[in-house]
Amino acid sequence: MKIAVCVKAVPDAAAGRRIDPSTNRIDRSVELAISDFDTYAVEEALRLKEAAGDGEVVVISMGPEKAMDALRKALAMGADRAVLITDSALEGADLLGTARALAGAIDKESADLVLFGQQSADGGGACLWSAVAERLHRPVISQVSELTNEGSSVLGKRQTEFGYDTIRAPLPAVIAVSDAINTPRYPSLKGIMGAKKKPQDTLSAADVGGAGAVGTTVIALSPPPARAEARKVEDDGNAAEQIVEFLAEKRLI
Amino acid sequence: MAGTLVFLEHHEGAIQKGSLGVLSKAAQLGGDVTGVLIGSGVRGIAESAGAFGATTVFVADDERLAAPLPQTRVDVLAKLVRDEGFDTVLFAQSVLAADVAAGLAARLDAGLNWDLVDLSADSVGKRPALADSVVVDVGWSSDVKLAIFRSGTFDANETGGTTEVKDTAVELEDFSTQAQMVEQAHAEQQGPSIEDADVIVAGGRGLGEPEKFALAEELAQALGGAVAATRAVVDAGWYPYSAQVGQTGKTVSPKLYVALGISGAIQHKVGMQGSNVIVAINKDPNAPIFEFSDLGVVGDLHTIVPKLVELVRARKS
Repeated sequence: MKIAVCVKAVPDAAAGRRIDPSTNRIDRSVELAISDFDTYAVEEALRLKEAAGDGEVVVISMGPEKAMDALRKALAMGADRAVLITDSALEGADLLGTARALAGAIDKESADLVLFGQQSADGGGACLWSAVAERLHRPVISQVSELTNEGSSVLGKRQTEFGYDTIRAPLPAVIAVSDAINTPRYPSLKGIMGAKKKPQDTLSAADVGGAGAVGTTVIALSPPPARAEARKVEDDGNAAEQIVEFLAEKRLI
Repeated sequence: MAGTLVFLEHHEGAIQKGSLGVLSKAAQLGGDVTGVLIGSGVRGIAESAGAFGATTVFVADDERLAAPLPQTRVDVLAKLVRDEGFDTVLFAQSVLAADVAAGLAARLDAGLNWDLVDLSADSVGKRPALADSVVVDVGWSSDVKLAIFRSGTFDANETGGTTEVKDTAVELEDFSTQAQMVEQAHAEQQGPSIEDADVIVAGGRGLGEPEKFALAEELAQALGGAVAATRAVVDAGWYPYSAQVGQTGKTVSPKLYVALGISGAIQHKVGMQGSNVIVAINKDPNAPIFEFSDLGVVGDLHTIVPKLVELVRARKS
């Protein structure tokens, strides 16, 4: 079974995430790390491969050249190869361009299964997989908290606002997994050492069918509306009293 | 304006409040607003959208549309947008709506902006981004504009009015019918709905073990409120799904929201950030929840909450 995992290199949480006002894009000049949510998809792919006894796990991403450093975490976890679509023509790509590029790269791989995490840690649209599935003309299941490989199909347990659905999709399929599906492993020292030697390929925009259209624009940035001042206190033994006082002040008790 | 189409999501015979809220917003922006209802046996509820501002409701009623899966809905919407020339399609956030909107965006090469909290008549949307640290004004460069609104952004205003119900043809792509529903969820309700509660006490992983939900229950009882839970503890089987607040659970906006042992991940935040007053107790001083709490207490909830219950009870008696 060949599994492609789509991941995103996002600004490391410790480095801070901001929008660069000169480009109106997220500032990616800082250190990048694989989005936490994507590690669940990598873990699920590794488990499926291990259960099947053979196969290949390829991580696919789009981003600046240095995003490859972030993809190495997935390789250190156990993924076999990394493919990075990187091209200045793709800077500023929105959902449409990103879906087109990823679908182009996935197409080259002819993967049986394509996995996504439940959202990115910075953009947060939580819907890219559906646009990719549409481009690939493949079935899609999102918010999957349990995934069963049935050989020629997969069974996904999807959580929605109404509870859990069970949905079957024939392979090849596109699945977005939630962070409830597993506990991602930490890369072992051996994994980290070996990651650098694993194949790491780059693709250009032309390789994946061109940059295509951009459908959305950023017009302006502004600070968020101020929220009434937040108070934060350390419990010094009187926290319960302080909470009651606060609730009384707000006329809530 | 060639017209706005609003995706009307429904569940067990009723149009979702969120969709009706978006319909109300669209009607308020002016122009004719059309709704679309896609499912099986849904024609009967189409007229109810008239009171919320839809002058026309297109109905795609077909057995193949019974399961709430996104790809068949993309087929129906794409055809409708092309045939009728809609230039704007609006969605209220949900698991289904996000998948439908993104699929439609790729099908039509239409720009999609998500998580909007407002939209102007000249098509500028507002999106709080990066954990709401910045507000982005967004626009569209495509012919057809797609938008998903954040849960609970708009109230459903019943202003009266009638709607014309029209059928729309259903033509499905082969790949759109490949995913099949094996077992569909039915929302089971236990006790009063947390969506209507004035006070909510919510518990997360920080409670430590399922039995400790008793702490949340006691505090809720003392405050006269309901108990809610995060996705993490629901998925772990500590508390029933009907109490889940968050992106894939309920969206609540009580007068008081008390968060016990909840880190405040974005998945939870989107479901409760509309609460009037938020009080959080968490032992991790760096928990994101403190960034949007009115009162944040860094400490051990296992010692604070029992005392708090006692004090609240004493005050009330």
